[in-house]
Amino acid sequence: MHILVCVKQTPKSDNVKIDPATGCLIRSGSESAINPFDEYALEEAVTLKEQEGGRVSVITMGPPQAQQVLRDSIARGADEVYQLGDRALAGSDTWSTSYALAKGIEKINGLSPVDLIICGKQTNDSDTGHIGPQISAWLNLPNAAFVKKVIRVSKKSIVVERLTEDGSEVLELPFPCVLSVVKEINKPRVRSVKGRLAAKKATIVTWNADDIQADKTMLGIANCPTKVVKSFTPKHENTATIVEGNNGKEKGTKLVALLKENHFI
Amino acid sequence: MDYAINEMEQEVLNTTREFAQKKIKPIRAEMDAKEAFSYEMWEEYRKSGLFGLWLPEEYGGLGGGITCLAMAFEELSRACAGLALTPGTSALGAIPMFLAATPEQREKWCPDLASGKKLWAFALTEPEAGSDATALKTTAIKDGDFYVVNGTKHFISTGKEADFYTVAVNTNPARGARGISLLVIEKGTPGFSFGKKEEKMGIRSNPTYELIFDNVRVPRENLLGSEGRGLLYLQETLDYSRPGVAAQAVGIAQGALDTTIPFLRTRKQFGQPIITFQALGHKVAELAAKTEAGRALVYTLTHKMDAEFIPAVRNAIANNTVVHEELKKLKGARWTKYSAEAKLFCSNVAMEVADECVTLCGGIAYMRDFPLEKYMRDAKITQIYEGTVHIQKNEILTALIKEYAAKAEEE
Repeated sequence: MHILVCVKQTPKSDNVKIDPATGCLIRSGSESAINPFDEYALEEAVTLKEQEGGRVSVITMGPPQAQQVLRDSIARGADEVYQLGDRALAGSDTWSTSYALAKGIEKINGLSPVDLIICGKQTNDSDTGHIGPQISAWLNLPNAAFVKKVIRVSKKSIVVERLTEDGSEVLELPFPCVLSVVKEINKPRVRSVKGRLAAKKATIVTWNADDIQADKTMLGIANCPTKVVKSFTPKHENTATIVEGNNGKEKGTKLVALLKENHFI
Repeated sequence: MDYAINEMEQEVLNTTREFAQKKIKPIRAEMDAKEAFSYEMWEEYRKSGLFGLWLPEEYGGLGGGITCLAMAFEELSRACAGLALTPGTSALGAIPMFLAATPEQREKWCPDLASGKKLWAFALTEPEAGSDATALKTTAIKDGDFYVVNGTKHFISTGKEADFYTVAVNTNPARGARGISLLVIEKGTPGFSFGKKEEKMGIRSNPTYELIFDNVRVPRENLLGSEGRGLLYLQETLDYSRPGVAAQAVGIAQGALDTTIPFLRTRKQFGQPIITFQALGHKVAELAAKTEAGRALVYTLTHKMDAEFIPAVRNAIANNTVVHEELKKLKGARWTKYSAEAKLFCSNVAMEVADECVTLCGGIAYMRDFPLEKYMRDAKITQIYEGTVHIQKNEILTALIKEYAAKAEEE
C-alpha cells in the first residue's frame, strides 16, 4: 500500500501574534515544527504500513525551512518526502494550497500509484480544516473527515469511524481515498534513533509550480479567492468585581444580588 | 560534560530523554502503585526501536554497542527504574545468547529480540544459589535430542511476561560447577510454569516471578555454546551487563537530583531558599559530583568495551562464527574488575544520593505524592542484582591479588 501524508510546518506555539497591519502571522522569532495534527496523520500512515506493508510518502508546501518537517517525517517513519517550493505559491489560501498539493499528488501518483491520502484534521496556525476535503474535491476522490479510528483495511477499501457533531458514523471508502484524522486516532510514537539518523541523510525532492504542471493563475496571494479583510489578536480584558463584606454571609448576599442584577441567575 | 560521544549515541540520548518525558513520567507512579507490568509501554518501546540498540543492523538492530545500551538504560531509569527494565532485562537475558549462539541460533532469535516482538529474561538465581552460582540445583539431563529440565528459579525479573528465558542449568551434576550449561527455554513449553509473584520494595512495575521446571523437554538446539561452559558465558555476560546496572544507578541518582534541586531552590525557610544554606547546598554539590564521576566511569568503560565488542560482532557476522570466539581473538584483557568497580561505585552512589535527597527535601519527600521516595526504593536493587556489592568487591579483590601476584613474579 502506498500512503501519502500531507504535512505543514507551523509555529510550535499556538500563541503566535498577528501583524495587525497585514493580517499575517508573525512567524519570525517563533520556533516551527510539524503541525501537531499531522503527527497523528503520519503515525496512522506508519502504523498501517507496519500492518499492511507498503510505504509512506510525505508532501509539504512551503519555503526552504519547511524541509525541516520533511526530515522530521523521515524520523517518524516516512520513506520518501516531497517539497513544493516556489515563490509563486507564497500567500496561497486553502483553495490555492489544496490545488497545488493535488497537482503534486498527481505527479507522485504518476511515479507510483497512491492508495490512501491522510491529512491532519486542521493546522494549529490557520485552523480551517479545509485541506483534506479540498484535495479530495480536486482529485475527485472519496473523503472522510474527522476520522477517529481505522476499523479495517482490505485490498480495495478502508473502513473508518468518523466523528460527527452528534456522535460518530462508520464509512467504507474504496481506494484511492482521502482521510483527515483527529487526535483520538492514535498516540504518536517517540521518533526512533534509526529514524533520527535517517532524517539527517534523507534526500528531499523539491518541485516548483512548473514541475507539477500547476496553472500559475490559480496560485499565490494575488490569485486566490480568499481575501483577509482583518485579522487580529483578541484583547483579553480581565475585569473583576471584588465583593466586599464583613463576613461570609454578607459577602454571599451581596454576590447573589449582583448576579441577579446582571441576569446571571 | 562532553564525553566525546558519537552521533548515534547522541541520538540515543535524545530519543530516550524524549521517551522518558512523554511516555514514562506520565504513568510511572500509577504503574509503581499497581505493581503492574505495562504492555502499552512495551509497545511504545517497540515502536521507538529501543530493544535493538545494541544489536547489529543485519537483525534489525541499530548497530550500536554496550554504550548505546547503557545510555538508554540510564536515561530511562532516570525517569523510572522499573519501567526501564522492559528493554533492560530483555537485553540481559539475551546477552548470553548473543555471545554464545551459533550463527543459526542468532538468525532464529535476534530479529524478534531486536524488534521487541519477543522479550527475553535471565534466570540464574535459585533459592539456594544466589551469590554462589555454582550451587545451582536445576538439572538438565540429556534424553535423545532433548534435555529434561527439573528445578526452580526465583526472583526472575520480567518473569511470566518474557517469551524466552536463558536458564543456567546443570547438565552434569557430578562435575559440579563444570557441569553448568545455558539453555534457552521458551514460555509455553510443557512443564514450564510460573510460581509466586514477589511483592517488592522497588522496581515494582517489573514483575518478579518464580520459574518452575517440571520435566520440561528442551530441544538440544536450544543449548548455548557447549555443555559445561555455562559459567564462562555467565561471567562474560556479567562483564557486559554490570555496566548497564551501573548506568541505571547513575540514572536513578540523576533523577533524584533532578527532583531535589528545583525543590530546594524554591522551598523557603527562615526567609530564604533552603539550597542557600551551605550545609544543604554543599551536600547537593557532593552528590552531583559523585553522580558525574559514576557516569564518567561507565562511559569510559563502555567505550573501551565497544572498541572490541562492535568489531567482534561484525566479524562474527562476516565470518559466520560465534561472537564469544571473535571476542577471544580480539580481547587483550577481561572486563570483570572494571565492570565490578563501575557497578559497586555507581550503585552505592545511587543509594547515597537517593537517601540524602529524601533527607534534604524533608517531610514532603517521605510522601508518595512527591516523586522521590520511589528513587530511594528503586536505588536499593542496584546494590543487589547482578551481584551484590559484596560480590563486586570479591571480583575486584580477586583481580587485584592476581595482578599483584603477577607483578611480584615479574620482579
